Amino acid sequence: MSAGLETQNLCKSFGALPVATDINFRLEAGARHALIGPNGAGKTSFVNLVTGVLKPSAGRILLDGQDITHLSAAARVKRGLVRTFQISALFRRLPLIENVTLAIAERESLGGNLFRRADRYRKITEEAYALLETLGLAPDALRPVNELAYGRQRLADIAVSLGLKPKVLLLDEPAAGVPSGETGAIVDMIERLPADIAFLIIEHDMDLVFRLADRITVLVQGSILVEGAPREIAADPQVRQVYLGERRAQ
Amino acid sequence: MPRGILRVMSDLLSAAISIAFHGLAYAMVLYLISVGLSVTMGLMGFVNLAHGAFAMAGGYALTTLMSHLQLPFWLALPAAIIIVVLASLVLERLLYRRLYGGDELDQVLMTMGLIFMTVGAATYFWGPVAQPIHPPDIINGQIHIGSRDFPTYRSFLIVCGVVLVTALWLALERTRFGAQVRAAVDNLRMAQSVGINTSRLFALTFALGSALAALGGALGADFLPIVPGYALGNLVLFLIVVAVGGLGSIRGPFVAALLIGISLTAFSYIAPELGAFFIYALTMAILLWKPRGLFGRS
Amino acid sequence: MAAPDKPLDAFGRRHRFSAFEALPWLITVGAYFVFPDYLALGAQILATILFALSLDLVLGYAGIVTLGQAAFFGTGAYTAGILAANGWGEPLSGLLAAAVGAAVVGFCSGVVILRTAGLTLLMQTLVVAAMLLELANKASRFTGGGDGLQGMDVWPIFGTFRFDLFGRTAYIYCAVVLFLAWLLVRAIVHSPFGRSLTGIRENMLRMHAVGAPVERRKLTAYTISAALAGISGALIAQTAQFVGLGVLGLERSGTVLIMLIIGGVGQLYGAFIGVTLYMIAQDRFATIDPVYWYFWIGLFMIFVVLFARGGVLGLVARARRHFGKES
Repeated sequence: MSAGLETQNLCKSFGALPVATDINFRLEAGARHALIGPNGAGKTSFVNLVTGVLKPSAGRILLDGQDITHLSAAARVKRGLVRTFQISALFRRLPLIENVTLAIAERESLGGNLFRRADRYRKITEEAYALLETLGLAPDALRPVNELAYGRQRLADIAVSLGLKPKVLLLDEPAAGVPSGETGAIVDMIERLPADIAFLIIEHDMDLVFRLADRITVLVQGSILVEGAPREIAADPQVRQVYLGERRAQ
Repeated sequence: MPRGILRVMSDLLSAAISIAFHGLAYAMVLYLISVGLSVTMGLMGFVNLAHGAFAMAGGYALTTLMSHLQLPFWLALPAAIIIVVLASLVLERLLYRRLYGGDELDQVLMTMGLIFMTVGAATYFWGPVAQPIHPPDIINGQIHIGSRDFPTYRSFLIVCGVVLVTALWLALERTRFGAQVRAAVDNLRMAQSVGINTSRLFALTFALGSALAALGGALGADFLPIVPGYALGNLVLFLIVVAVGGLGSIRGPFVAALLIGISLTAFSYIAPELGAFFIYALTMAILLWKPRGLFGRS
Repeated sequence: MAAPDKPLDAFGRRHRFSAFEALPWLITVGAYFVFPDYLALGAQILATILFALSLDLVLGYAGIVTLGQAAFFGTGAYTAGILAANGWGEPLSGLLAAAVGAAVVGFCSGVVILRTAGLTLLMQTLVVAAMLLELANKASRFTGGGDGLQGMDVWPIFGTFRFDLFGRTAYIYCAVVLFLAWLLVRAIVHSPFGRSLTGIRENMLRMHAVGAPVERRKLTAYTISAALAGISGALIAQTAQFVGLGVLGLERSGTVLIMLIIGGVGQLYGAFIGVTLYMIAQDRFATIDPVYWYFWIGLFMIFVVLFARGGVLGLVARARRHFGKES
């Protein structure tokens, strides 16, 4: 079975500063995978490389077995590679439901239409509303997203990504900046993601990681330190050194 | 070598020296006025279209102090700068501060409003005629260098410019203030989290930028006449220097000012009507090649 | 599908015509009969509303901050003007030529400058307009240079409706063109394309991340906006039968921006309100020294930015929310 997402010898340097070194990463279809690592390890850079925001210095990126290394970011989204952002990136003053309809419209390649086909647009609106319902966001559908509590905004962020019907979903610190009372809803939502979506979650919160992931990759200074099941990673002495060693130094 | 060719060459050389000299003087004026805009733009991300008004104010302050208060040039100039700096600090506190981190459109509108006000106010107080600047006799007249005569005032301008530019660059590299500015331009949030008082930094940088602009405006009346429409009429020019140089850069606007100053001077000798058009085309070409400016960060 | 369609209904029906939208047209028709002496001013107002609409599309909806809209306005004005001054005075084809000419300028400049953002983009919009101004000034054989383009002979519309001294034909002409353009802009704004423009305005990064071809959309919006601005320039040229260099000037770009802000950006009708208020006020105060005008408009703008950012429409919305809460 071909991997959902795969990178081969992925490298990136900014001048003399290496951000990614020979990353060979595999995200299986339908996987629940987490990427962890200390600050500055290059996790967000990795996401940027995979999604096409950054151009790699070397290496290949494959989605569903197809080489996407030279595809634009928008083209990758069209192929089902979708991400969320560490800091909520929503269409601020637009209603929540419109945030989702915009995504669905792009997915259906309707976004460029200068003329509004009432029937197709109604379908999009209905699909968006249904999605919000399954995610428990329906009551807020008509409110501008910047008026929602931050925790709800993070949920909205995921909702928009789901509107794109992703095959691979990269969640960049979905619980970042969220008050602890509201993280539960986010964890629930991620747990209930459809099985056919492979997700990679980047997180610092270890409780979240151990609860959500079946497999963990540890990234340190741009290269993969170790990879394995959560139990193995928790017991791995190198990982403990990287995390606990850091904590002791503080 | 036949005499004719020698003469053509010496004429060309003479013209080249003239262009370089006057172009350099013009560049100094442009740089002094624009560098403040570049730094505040890079530091605060604030689109201050009214920056030229500080230069204009410097010019008006200088002429008024000299003609109405009979202050001598060497006293009036620093006094003019101080007046403009104080005014700029008041404006920063009252108006600019409210829009930091705000919508670009808001900043454009507010500073456009300021420009309009300065146009109206300047016309009301000083009338539409350009203000004459009377530099003291020491720096009036001609200097004799080699076999040529150069206007003293412009030589003074160049020397002033070089001294200030060097001082500025040193200040940026060597002082703590400079280090803080560089840090904040690079990453504002990081700078704040290491304890840099960004609010005070903004105010100081704003003041410094206005001071340099006032100096450039006052000394550069030769190149950029002090008229009520100054801020509006020269807006494109200042923006070009900053954007071509690279926002937030100190060196960038210097190179850009040189390019523009020398080009405009050259064209004023050869084809005066085409100068502006050439600068515009050059600007767009450079930005096509480097959208962030020559020294902009990517 | 789940039951609560009520909230969704309102959202799904945003594009439908509401009774309020007839108001500007009722006023337009009414003004024709109530103010027969001011039809020339009225025609100018109508043409300028179109200009402001074009700016609203690119600024209010797509979020592209520009101070160079006059570049397209002026291109349209000179295109229609030069045609009429050189033997082809048919107004409607003049409008078409103006639209095409302005669209070409918009497209070409957009391709070059829309890859930048912020101050750099703003500056380049200024530069494009400035370059065209230089060009118009130099090519005085065609444009009349500083003296302006004279000798325009605009033929009667459809061969029948002559442009009269009272401005009656001009008024109706501008009203009809504005009406048609308004229908077009309204349709665009409510289309998926128009909604994607608001997405670009609200968060360009996210728009990229949902797979939208952002650059292409911006360029399309910019080009359409340019064409509309060109038409408005042609209207002004044809109804005044004169084109001066000011059609390309920074003042022209700046004032249309002010007018739009006064009315309210990104809400379609801001253009109608802002232009009307501004131009009537300016007409009233024309006798007063223009110096004061600049000063007070500047002060007013600062006031608007700080306290009434949404313009008149924003204030109306705020009032409705306030009174809605109380009842």
